[in-house]
Amino acid sequence: MSLIRKPLNRRSILRAGALGGSALAMPTIFTSRAWSAGYLNEPTGATVTLGFNVPQTGPYADEGADELRAYQLAVEHLNGEGDGGMLNTFSSKALKGNGILGKKVEYVTGDTQTKSDAARASAKSMIEKDGAIMITGGSSSGVAVAVQALCQEAGVIFMAGLTHSNDTTGKDKKANGFRHFFNSYMSGAALAPVLKNAYGDDRKAYHLTADYNWGYTTEQAVRESTESLGWETVETVKTPLAATDFSAYITPVLQSDADVLVLNHYGGNMVNSLTNAVQFGLRDKQVNGKNFEIIVPLYSRLMAKGAGENVKGIFGSTNWHWSLQDEGSKAFVQSFGQKYGFPPSQAAHTTYVQALLYADACERAGTFNPCGVVEALEGFEFDGLGNGKTLYRAEDHQCFKDVLVVKGKENPSSAFDLLEIVEVTPAAQVTYPPDHPQFAGGALGTCNPGA
Amino acid sequence: MDAILLQILNGLDKGSAYALIALGLTLIFGTLGVVNFAHGALFMIGAFCAVTLSRLLSLSFVTIDETQKDFLGNPLKVETPYVEAWFGPETGAAIIDWSVPLAILFSIPIMALVGLLMERGLIKYFYKRPHADQILVTFGLAIVLQEIIKYFFGANPIPTPAPDVFAGSLDFGAMLGMDPNIIIYPYWRIVYFLFAAVIIGAVFAFLQFTTFGMVVRAGMADRSTVGLLGINIDKRFTVMFALAAVVAGLAGVMYAPINSPNYHMGMDFLVLSFVVVVVGGMGSLPGAVLAGFLLGILESFASMAQVVALLPGINQIIIYLVAIVILLTRPRGLMGRKGVMES
Amino acid sequence: MFGLNKKDTSLFFLVLLLVVLAPFLLNPFPEGSELAQFNAGYPDLMQRFLIFGIFAIGFNILFGLTGYLSFGHAAFLGVGSYAGVWMMKLLTMNVIPAIFMSVVFAGLFSLLVGYISLRRSGIYFSILTLAFAQMSFSLAYSVLTPITNGETGLQLALDDPRILGVSSENGAIPAANFFGIPMRESFELSMGGWLFTFNAGYYLCAVVMMIAFYVAIRIFRSPFGMMLRAVKSNQQRMNFTGLNSRPYTLAAFVISGMYAGLAGGLMVAMDPLAGAERMQWTASGEVVLMTILGGAGTLIGPVLGAGFIKYCENIFSKINDNILYDWFAALPQGLADFLVFVIHPFIGKGWHLTLGIMFMLIVIFLPGGIMEGVERIGRLFKRKSSKDENSTARPKAAPAE
Repeated sequence: MSLIRKPLNRRSILRAGALGGSALAMPTIFTSRAWSAGYLNEPTGATVTLGFNVPQTGPYADEGADELRAYQLAVEHLNGEGDGGMLNTFSSKALKGNGILGKKVEYVTGDTQTKSDAARASAKSMIEKDGAIMITGGSSSGVAVAVQALCQEAGVIFMAGLTHSNDTTGKDKKANGFRHFFNSYMSGAALAPVLKNAYGDDRKAYHLTADYNWGYTTEQAVRESTESLGWETVETVKTPLAATDFSAYITPVLQSDADVLVLNHYGGNMVNSLTNAVQFGLRDKQVNGKNFEIIVPLYSRLMAKGAGENVKGIFGSTNWHWSLQDEGSKAFVQSFGQKYGFPPSQAAHTTYVQALLYADACERAGTFNPCGVVEALEGFEFDGLGNGKTLYRAEDHQCFKDVLVVKGKENPSSAFDLLEIVEVTPAAQVTYPPDHPQFAGGALGTCNPGA
Repeated sequence: MDAILLQILNGLDKGSAYALIALGLTLIFGTLGVVNFAHGALFMIGAFCAVTLSRLLSLSFVTIDETQKDFLGNPLKVETPYVEAWFGPETGAAIIDWSVPLAILFSIPIMALVGLLMERGLIKYFYKRPHADQILVTFGLAIVLQEIIKYFFGANPIPTPAPDVFAGSLDFGAMLGMDPNIIIYPYWRIVYFLFAAVIIGAVFAFLQFTTFGMVVRAGMADRSTVGLLGINIDKRFTVMFALAAVVAGLAGVMYAPINSPNYHMGMDFLVLSFVVVVVGGMGSLPGAVLAGFLLGILESFASMAQVVALLPGINQIIIYLVAIVILLTRPRGLMGRKGVMES
Repeated sequence: MFGLNKKDTSLFFLVLLLVVLAPFLLNPFPEGSELAQFNAGYPDLMQRFLIFGIFAIGFNILFGLTGYLSFGHAAFLGVGSYAGVWMMKLLTMNVIPAIFMSVVFAGLFSLLVGYISLRRSGIYFSILTLAFAQMSFSLAYSVLTPITNGETGLQLALDDPRILGVSSENGAIPAANFFGIPMRESFELSMGGWLFTFNAGYYLCAVVMMIAFYVAIRIFRSPFGMMLRAVKSNQQRMNFTGLNSRPYTLAAFVISGMYAGLAGGLMVAMDPLAGAERMQWTASGEVVLMTILGGAGTLIGPVLGAGFIKYCENIFSKINDNILYDWFAALPQGLADFLVFVIHPFIGKGWHLTLGIMFMLIVIFLPGGIMEGVERIGRLFKRKSSKDENSTARPKAAPAE
């Protein structure tokens, strides 16, 4: 098939040509049909360009800014600047600190606006204009799925950022796309046993669910895993994404006989619904002789900050937290904290790790060719990147690793100290077969090098 | 029954927010005839007045505590707010705790100034320009204001809690002799409703019972005749604009504890407030208030699980559906006047 | 020529020339230079210029001629996009049926919305269209997920039926094509330090855009167009003369809805995905801004407005501090730091700020939008006043009350 193909990294070759003083008098025409070898945006100069596509405007702009910080740190470390961060603790030693395959890492940035259209436009401009060989980043599943599909069509690698919906590596999985972040199923599987220990196995849950794709998969995952432990689901109600005031959805909870409220919300929705729930005194309530409890399946420390005092004592799950004490996490927190003055978020962690994993895969494959990279990442087992022993599963390009169950801290010692780790759920407990019903449908297809 | 009672309370609460924003908007939009896309931004700035004041009150000096460590292993920096050092820990903490109510006083001069600057510096030149130009310039202004706030406060919501006194809920059920703990409503939301009622009443009284208000109402009805009578109507319209900004700002200040403010909260309310004003009818202040409460209550009912089960998705579209039905049955909204913004 | 007067013919050919040569004109800076950041001559952005140009031309047929300000036109673009993707899923990857069905569905939907909304005028009309569009957006995002795939956006899949085509080719989804020519196909021309990209999809958009532009000129100059202008200047007087203006405004509404559908179909043809946020009020607001910014009621102004906004969105958002330091590499460190500090708020994540300031400056100093700027410059060169242009260029100031 013939997709757009650029025979050379146009910027570097032309820059080199100009420096050499060889002004090309004769126009040269490249047509994609005439060029059959190689792959899209093959870097031929001394540099390789990566595309960091993160939300810079809109509600997730702060998360995007943290992702960008992590990418800049990763680029520094890959190019051998700074203290090396997790390169020193990473189990694979292929990276030498001299860029990737000896080429200096350069990057371009773009704004996804947390909209599929804008994210694709931004990614396309990176591929078509800047010659990016890999696109990474993002802070929502809708964008991740849309950009992943684009990268598959165009023929570059996509390393997903923060995306938690099952679909990213479920029914919308793609051969050129990889996800390090955990997913809804894993949240449910990790949370359920902890909840059972804390709240017993005889609970009635009421779900409020954001009315879009990620909300649906999270609700399903949490519902199925808590029900298998004996909980009963009283009611599930979908709330509009645009809702800012959740009072009309909270008051019916007061009247149901539920004794647990599950908020399948993220970002601004989560901040507002949690704040509203606490305002309505849900946490002071007694139902069926038990204390009423609230659960937030996916926590983000940046967002938890917006809810202030209200997060105290509330259970949730997270991909990573800066207070982890393994060598990898400590090295990352150290170098991120030194550079920026505050600890990294889970979004920063997953994007930093994705950048390293991509670079490492290129080194091990000995090529930037997406098909080589895919082969190197599939089934790759590694350690030392903050989540313990991790596997990039070949069947769906999802990472399998430990999941953190966390709780809002009662007595935070600083502005960043909002969550405490309750349990590190081992990877085996959150692993599922590739054909699990929550991930049914879709196929990876074959890798596309764009040539 | 309980459910319906509770949803009426929710609706009143939501409606009072809509009514307050729409009231300010209709002063500018329905009476001065300016399509003000920056009105949402005024609401947002009001909320950020509360944030700013609570930041100012929490300004701290730093002492280093060698016994504790921060996340990098350096000695922990302990921050003590100046107000606590000056007034003693207890009074200081109480002042910080009350920052949102204090922000009402803080925000009035600020919002009046913002409104004044906006009208004198920009809007004044657009009274006679087409609505399209007004949309473009006020939309541009809204973006600029929004981005300035984002630059200083970031994109994430900032928790701005109400004073602790208002933390609990009022038990209506128990008051009416029903089972306790069924019909309860948070104190702050009740305060918000009462506050909105006071502001709305004050604005109406001002327009109805003062000479100033009388002239303004005359100016709305027929600007040129009032001008011919030798009255400087422009100056009064400037004051009205500042008043509208203050009303929007106060709505924002009081809303901060209900939902943590973020820089795009104004845009979220903008479209809705236009719908409220138009459904109420152009140029009608009571119409805007009525429409605000009506849409608030209907929205609350539409979000009940039983209703959604019957009509899936109704909670997403109820406001727009009602707007369409009202505008088709009543050509000028609920209480609109003839000839306002129909060209 | 082609039924156009001399002036319109020359305008048509000017636009044609600009569109054909756009790959050269939009890439004025050599690849290696630091200014290459400002080049817009890559396929995706060039396609977007034309597609949003079509959208704005269509919007202008309604707003510029009749004065009816629709705040829900993005809904038609969205409906068109969904129809287009479904054609590609069900029928074939050839883009022609997709584009055709986009126009048809958008036309039908706009007929429905227009029929109801046009019962009111002024602000009441605007709010009715806004309400329809917001309902479409909310439902597409949530309840209609089986049809629209909700938040993620409707995409092609490997197991789509594609009755007249193939479901998959070597484990990949076949590319969107025009009778065998893939839309992504490009060839590149390297001359000196410059590199120019000629993309098949872009030229398909160009052909469609020129046809759309030609039709718009004909409408503007036709008796039908006169009738629409009469609606704008005084609808009441028109009704008193015994003319029913509703069929005319409805026709204009449906035509502009079909233009929006065409734009949606082309978007899908270039990039087969349809997201619900295409229908959000911000998207409707964007086309309003494009039209006013360029100059409502002018033939080519809305296209310029569309280009301006899309350029800001795609170029300014990609500039980051690193690039700034590259630019100022020759300056002393302290000065470079200072300049970066000053420019920093306006680029990258601050591109909205730049856009907002540009909106304000243009509308304050150029009441007729970009077209007025062009005209003023033109007048500097030839002091000849052309009555015809002036009357169309400046929208008549509508009284506020």
